[in-house]
Amino acid sequence: MSAGRYAMVVDTRLCVACKACVLACKAENNLAEGYCRDWLVEEVHGEFPKLRAENRSERCNHCSEAPCVDACPTGASHIAGGGVVLVTPDKCTGCKACMAACPYDARYLTPEGFVDKCTFCLHRVQRGEQPACVTVCPTRTLHFGDLDDPTSEVARLLVDRKWKVNHPESGAHPNVYFLV
Amino acid sequence: MDLNRRQFLLTSSAAAGAVGVGSGLTTRFWGLDGDPVHDPATDGDKVIPTFCEMCFWKCGVLAHVKDGTVTKLVGNPDHPLAKGRLCPRGTGGTGLLYDPDRLKKPLIRKGERGEQRFEEVSWEEALDRVAAKLKEVKEKHGAESLALFNHGYGASFFKTLVAAYGSPSVGAPSYAQCRGSRDVAFQLTYGAPVGSPEYLDIENSRVLTLIGSHLGENMHNTQVQEFAAMIEKGGELVVVDPRFSTAAGKARYWLPIKPGTDMALLLAWMHVIVKEGRYNKAFVEANTVGFEQLAAHLADKTPEWAWARTSIAPELIVETARFIAGAAPASLVHPGRHTSWNGDDTQRGRAIAILNALLGSWGAAGGFFLPSKLKVPPTALPPMPKPERKAPDTPRGAVFPFMDEGLAHGLRDASIPGTAEFDIKAWFVYGSNLIQSLPNPEKTIEAIQHLDFFVAVDVLPAEITGWADVVLPECTYLERWDDLAITPWKEPFVSVRQEVVPPMFDSKPGWWIAKELGKRLGLADYFPWESAETMVKARLEAGKYDVAAMLRTGVAGGKRAAVTTEEGATAVYGTPSGKIELFSQQMADAGLAPMPEYTPPEAPAADQFHLLFGRSPVHTFGRTTNNRFLSEIYAENEVWLNTRVAREQGFKTGDKVILVNQDGKKSAAIKVKVTQRIRPDCVYMVHGYGHTDKRLGFAAGRGADDTQLVSRVKIDAAMGGTGMNVNFVRLERAGEAA
Repeated sequence: MSAGRYAMVVDTRLCVACKACVLACKAENNLAEGYCRDWLVEEVHGEFPKLRAENRSERCNHCSEAPCVDACPTGASHIAGGGVVLVTPDKCTGCKACMAACPYDARYLTPEGFVDKCTFCLHRVQRGEQPACVTVCPTRTLHFGDLDDPTSEVARLLVDRKWKVNHPESGAHPNVYFLV
Repeated sequence: MDLNRRQFLLTSSAAAGAVGVGSGLTTRFWGLDGDPVHDPATDGDKVIPTFCEMCFWKCGVLAHVKDGTVTKLVGNPDHPLAKGRLCPRGTGGTGLLYDPDRLKKPLIRKGERGEQRFEEVSWEEALDRVAAKLKEVKEKHGAESLALFNHGYGASFFKTLVAAYGSPSVGAPSYAQCRGSRDVAFQLTYGAPVGSPEYLDIENSRVLTLIGSHLGENMHNTQVQEFAAMIEKGGELVVVDPRFSTAAGKARYWLPIKPGTDMALLLAWMHVIVKEGRYNKAFVEANTVGFEQLAAHLADKTPEWAWARTSIAPELIVETARFIAGAAPASLVHPGRHTSWNGDDTQRGRAIAILNALLGSWGAAGGFFLPSKLKVPPTALPPMPKPERKAPDTPRGAVFPFMDEGLAHGLRDASIPGTAEFDIKAWFVYGSNLIQSLPNPEKTIEAIQHLDFFVAVDVLPAEITGWADVVLPECTYLERWDDLAITPWKEPFVSVRQEVVPPMFDSKPGWWIAKELGKRLGLADYFPWESAETMVKARLEAGKYDVAAMLRTGVAGGKRAAVTTEEGATAVYGTPSGKIELFSQQMADAGLAPMPEYTPPEAPAADQFHLLFGRSPVHTFGRTTNNRFLSEIYAENEVWLNTRVAREQGFKTGDKVILVNQDGKKSAAIKVKVTQRIRPDCVYMVHGYGHTDKRLGFAAGRGADDTQLVSRVKIDAAMGGTGMNVNFVRLERAGEAA
């Protein structure tokens, strides 16, 4: 598999905030009780009865200019194939510099003492599968693929639809996009 | 800060190199740097298809099993209800399987009922006790005095047992406390069932109207998938709900209606559609009876008339009526599911059914589809004995002319001596926590005091099992075979539930428990198979299915059938007229309004709120609130309170309150959630919390149970259902003197 630029495209219009993505991730990645790598932001704006809502399934943005990788003193945080930001547990001292640097609060310290986060389920992607959160999602809110491939679903969605990213001002060039 | 961070990076970069040298080179390489990609290795060495029981929907599941442990549950792509995806509850089935609080051994009560003292016994002893007591009840009081209360698919074996024993007294709260009024309404109007799962072609709807359905919070997997597909394709939503539901957040129109007044809105919508000639004339002409009477009935149900009742502005009623009619026939007014609210619920269901008829959505793409069903021969059983007496599930002298299933609350009430034609003397409770699922829990506890015998079969302890004389621990759906599920659908199919892992502890499958009891009661002929596995295989073979393929994929069938009139399917209206009955002569003959009438709801006092309750997407009532995996997402309910009201009354999010209803019934303490998402005259809570049974080690004491506040009901005259949204509450700060 060629190393492209993996991205996730989240269709906020479809998401019902059921959080199946969170549970599927926990099961797939065998996360300890009380820890998760993705989460839901449920925003409601306005005053009764003039309200609008947005649901966003969020996770590590696998930034192209990842501040966490720059911040990591040991090289544990690194950019792997497809631009996926990973942490190598053996190299991580748990210093939390990356957690401070992350604009998205996407990282956490595991009970074992290393920092962890979403991997875009790279272990599945390597086998030609989609990330666990994408495959479970009952509303097909989540799309995953290679942005460098202009024929990919994610690339086409970003051409066809209006989108935004979280904290564009961070300069990190995040790779999780929200369709609005 | 910048400087500090830069300094930190500088000092640490040397260390990175040092550690980098030592990093192990393993066999699996990926990426630019050669570090291995960690594989959590949760894929099973076996993947076993089955179907889910985390709710009643029955989605196809692929269970990954590794070294004898279920590592994860994913959707079966071959299953028409799952389409490869699961809802959060289905994903969290492992949290039930590995719940440390599960019932582990058969229990026999020691001491008085309610003292919660039990002794662990052998299956032999427990089954002998149950059989002896059931025989005794039959001899003393007649077989009909045994009541079966049930919920869930595993009940099939116990329904057989109780029928063979000779009792017709069977009830499930899913009827009179939930969907019954809706089912009866559609049966009366169309002479056809609305189905469960409902026969709704949501994915092709151009407009979907939700009136009292919070789809997306009730995670009926297939419906939610179709709901999203519809939005994706440009379909629009009209949502009628006193609360800004998740669905309301996606709607073109949200109508925050005054609770209990849906009927006025439905009638006014129909008024506009008929008056402006926007109904589907060809469909109405060809398929319905009573249009002239309906038109006359609607004449004075103007948007202005409805405005005063619903609080929805007349212009908005007109605009939404036109919007809904404009998409016909691919305009679906969702029938809802839990509809036992105000006592006129069958009439309200009729109004929804009639509105759909005006749109011509029955049998249309984007409306109600006409399901197709596969055939599998049933297991041949001896004829069932004919009970001498009818189930005593209605009060003495009461008749509910269109009641077509047993009333669970009626069987409870019949256990209080002298209430019904004869007394219920024994309970068999399967998978149903009656304390939380029947209104007026004090009455449930009173009824139990009068019983000669009470046996409960369940996976987890619950308030109800604490009152039983014998508790039989069933294994979970992942540890057992069950009967086949034969689902009428667009792609008709059969699913198999097979044992994924062997039963844990000393729990047993339902089929085994029923068969063993059958043996002891002289009813062995009604269980003419070795096991559910052999029974299922024999049925499949008799139906000429490829058994091996079925066990491998979990599903048979699944081919798209013709299910709309356009595709060549024929709608059959099993009504007396053979047509859709806008005017119901049946109802007129039974002394009920033949066309839906508006009944004004009672109003709360100035310091009271309407008490609304509903679902969280991660839970199925109280059945899952002890599931620690699911509870990582939602562990405790809160009471929603409008922001302005909260400000006026000085409540903040997180404040603990007690809800007190008009009869002085009190809830447990519950946290306030201050939100713009609800009308000022309502409060809302997720149902299924406030467990008091301490054996539910996680759920006990979390949140509050709305059932405690349902001391009043209004009975549906058509089918006997209990309207439960007639209770009003005020808020008291927890800790304040009562």
